[in-house]
Amino acid sequence: MTFKAHLISAFLAGALATTAMTTAFAEDTIKVGVLHSLSGTMAISETTLKDTMLFLIEEQNKKGGVLGKKLEAVVVDPASDWPLFAEKARELIEKDKVAAVFGCWTSSSRKSVLPVFEELNSILFYPVQYEGEESSRNIFYTGAAPNQQAIPAVDYLAENEGVERWVLAGTDYVYPQTTNKILKAYLMSKGVKEEDIMINYTPFGHSDWQTIVSDIKKFGSAGKKTAVVSTINGDANVPFYKELANQGIKAEDIPVVAFSVGEEELAGLDTGPLVGHLAAWNYFQSVDTEVNAEFIKEWHAFIKNDKRVTNDPMEAAYIGFNAWVKAVEAAGTTETDEVLDSIIGVSVPNLSGGYSTVMPNHHITKPVLIGEIQADGQFEIVQQTAQVVGDEWSDYLPDSKDLISDWRKPMSCGNFNVATGKCGGKGS
Amino acid sequence: MIQRLFQVIWLMLVLATPAFAQGGADPKPLIDQLGSANFKQAEDILGQIAATGDTRVVPALEAFAEGDLYLRKADNAVFIARSASGGFDLVDPLTGESAGTAAKAEMTKIKVNNTLRRAIRSALGGLTLLSPDRDVRLAAAESVLKSPSADNLALVETALAKETDPAVKIRMEEARAVSVLISDRSVEDKRQAVATIKNFGGREAISILSGAAANADPALADDINSAIASIQSEQELWDVAQNVWYGLSLGSVLLLAAIGLAITFGVMGIINMAHGEMVMLGAYTTFVVQEVIRTSFPGLFDWSLMIALPLAFLVTGAVGLVIERGVIRFLYGRPLETLLATWGISLILQQAIRTLFGPTNQEVGNPSWMSGSFPLGGMTITYNRMWIIAFSLSVFVALLVLLKRTPFGLQMRAVTQNRKMAASMGIRTPWVDAFTFALGSGIAGIAGVALSQIDNVSPNLGQAYIIDSFMVVVFGGVGNLWGTFVGALTLGVLNKFLEPWVGAVLGKILVLVLIILFIQKRPRGLFALKGRAVEA
Repeated sequence: MTFKAHLISAFLAGALATTAMTTAFAEDTIKVGVLHSLSGTMAISETTLKDTMLFLIEEQNKKGGVLGKKLEAVVVDPASDWPLFAEKARELIEKDKVAAVFGCWTSSSRKSVLPVFEELNSILFYPVQYEGEESSRNIFYTGAAPNQQAIPAVDYLAENEGVERWVLAGTDYVYPQTTNKILKAYLMSKGVKEEDIMINYTPFGHSDWQTIVSDIKKFGSAGKKTAVVSTINGDANVPFYKELANQGIKAEDIPVVAFSVGEEELAGLDTGPLVGHLAAWNYFQSVDTEVNAEFIKEWHAFIKNDKRVTNDPMEAAYIGFNAWVKAVEAAGTTETDEVLDSIIGVSVPNLSGGYSTVMPNHHITKPVLIGEIQADGQFEIVQQTAQVVGDEWSDYLPDSKDLISDWRKPMSCGNFNVATGKCGGKGS
Repeated sequence: MIQRLFQVIWLMLVLATPAFAQGGADPKPLIDQLGSANFKQAEDILGQIAATGDTRVVPALEAFAEGDLYLRKADNAVFIARSASGGFDLVDPLTGESAGTAAKAEMTKIKVNNTLRRAIRSALGGLTLLSPDRDVRLAAAESVLKSPSADNLALVETALAKETDPAVKIRMEEARAVSVLISDRSVEDKRQAVATIKNFGGREAISILSGAAANADPALADDINSAIASIQSEQELWDVAQNVWYGLSLGSVLLLAAIGLAITFGVMGIINMAHGEMVMLGAYTTFVVQEVIRTSFPGLFDWSLMIALPLAFLVTGAVGLVIERGVIRFLYGRPLETLLATWGISLILQQAIRTLFGPTNQEVGNPSWMSGSFPLGGMTITYNRMWIIAFSLSVFVALLVLLKRTPFGLQMRAVTQNRKMAASMGIRTPWVDAFTFALGSGIAGIAGVALSQIDNVSPNLGQAYIIDSFMVVVFGGVGNLWGTFVGALTLGVLNKFLEPWVGAVLGKILVLVLIILFIQKRPRGLFALKGRAVEA
């Protein structure tokens, strides 16, 4: 063969290879699992997060995807059924071979999938505020830990409203119970007396709040400024707030600060009589930053409804997703072990104008915002703290105050006891 | 000459007095300062504004509390801003004159929080005590009562001396007593104030007195404590009455939810798992009616429930008719299949609504006559609960009349008692079956209208009521409307007496356990049907 022929054949081969590669790229996508209930009781909250994930993936694909490949969402419906979460998670990882999963809302669903993610060594991004006391090698907690939501809210009330008497009202399950345990220990460490704390639990979906609201009134008539710290979940909030409004409890007299009530929950309510009641989150739709305005605009365009609100778990999903994209690009692969190594320390912009960093304990940094409910169903931000690092093991509970978590090598431990200097095994 | 001098001095005094009453300060610069103040500074400025005693600031303060006070970025001037198309209409905070318009981006909202709202309430209370309008004075007295300050005491006393309206006068006397307690008046004055507050009674009085007890003169401690004890013992009796009321109210909700089921399950014997979804459809009908009213006829909002009631009845009745004709009539006598089929229907209906309206809660507003509460002795009665009790009683009575006094009711009872005999007498039993089921569904629909006023309107609404409804019907005795009535109210009151004692979670469990024990003893419920129908 002459040199010319060599050249031609090499050129041809090269062209062939390029064509092959482009077709391979077009067919080869990175699959991402979306594990949110689309039916059953939790559909009310989780459907929005499913839409958020589809929105984020579409936006990323417009920018060219990740590692030159398009992302493809695999959406499954675990139907608000906790054991089904584990089955669906297994299906996503084993059958669909997804690179990472974004999902879960309740702690029960997270606890149900945790062993699956550890066994099959995959990654879950969990976007909801939760009670802490957990750190898994395979889970990233982008929602708030109690010190990123509950404790700053209580501090705000004590400092700015002079609250001395506390009602801790919650739904009867793990998140409110653990949060209230932490809050009670915290308040008592600040010198609040036991008789100035009232703890009250109600069943899921509780709809008759007459007795409890009048108990709150009674508790509040001891001459000391009283506030309600509410960890009441989901559907029970609407009748609770309606009863508060009807019994004439105004925010100026007994303010209620809630950790599970955001823009989405207020959508079913006439907020006129609730002006001034508070919520603590890491994000509100009313955050006045350019990046947030842009996010809301694109979200409305995607969902084709400019009345749809944005909320805190959406921001947490946004941060988690972007952190994963950045970590994958840094690692150059979607392999779990490499991504787990590269994601720690990754910093991505959050919607409140700062940056959120993934910490070695698989929690993130973000500011705490306190907002007061307005008549239009939005929140007026009355306080914004500096960045707070999520604390997985609460410093106020005797069982967990000596524990830390650090998933960097060589420690790689989810529950390292600093008092004994030993790792208690795998975090759970 | 000396007389002349006196005249001049007198004249000067007269002229000086109004200026003095206004504190000499012009409130305008103070209001402008609000624009750039933080919460703490704003509270101080509010105190200074209140001290001017100038009633012209009232609209500005009201706007501030509502969040309608804005700062113009260009010149740091403060205006009351009302939303208009494309921006704001600006109003001068003092004169109330129009000050042109501005785009949204030119203005910054002056933030207000709870502490400031309290300060505004107190300032407004002081400023409006002498208003010529009776209702404004009453509201002012209430404000002073809720956020008393020693500074307002002199104002309250002046207002009290001039007051002629008896109702306002009582409120003002209470407001005065509360202000006296925190002022530096003599112990004797305070003792009288304690007596006044004691007479006025209720939770508020306990709250005020225990607040005062913390830093009161030791000489007063006994008076205050005995006053608190006496109000408390009186309040305990009222608490029992209040609890009965809560029980009746919960019972009436249970009755509403269960009464439709008392017909489909109780009378017809169909295990209707889609009953809750009929309630949900009724609630969504209310939502749709309110949406149409909001967009097209805002004046009719107070009538929205009246309009929704017949519509909900028709919509759910029609859906019930379709379900009976389409599915259930093929399954008579096969309870297990009926259970599964109706359960499937309930899932279909839920998902249909979820697809149509979305999974989130929909906003159903309370008309004005269903909002708020009024005090009755030491109890608080909320209007929405009161109307729901009245409504569920009237539905119950209407249904009784329908069953006992109309030809349709007679045919219905005939068919349930002895189907063959009824058919031989010329009654079209399939027709009666269909309309009985439609009636039960329709009643569930109007229950949904009422429940939309106190609960979430979401696709899951029905699930919350289905268990309770079956519980009531089984407890009361299947096939007996009076059983459902007595059963619902008993469970309601029982629940409300257990709740303060063992808590809401355990209370609910205990009620279930009690029902299970009761059913063991009396398998046919409170009011068991006797006679041939039972054997059939």
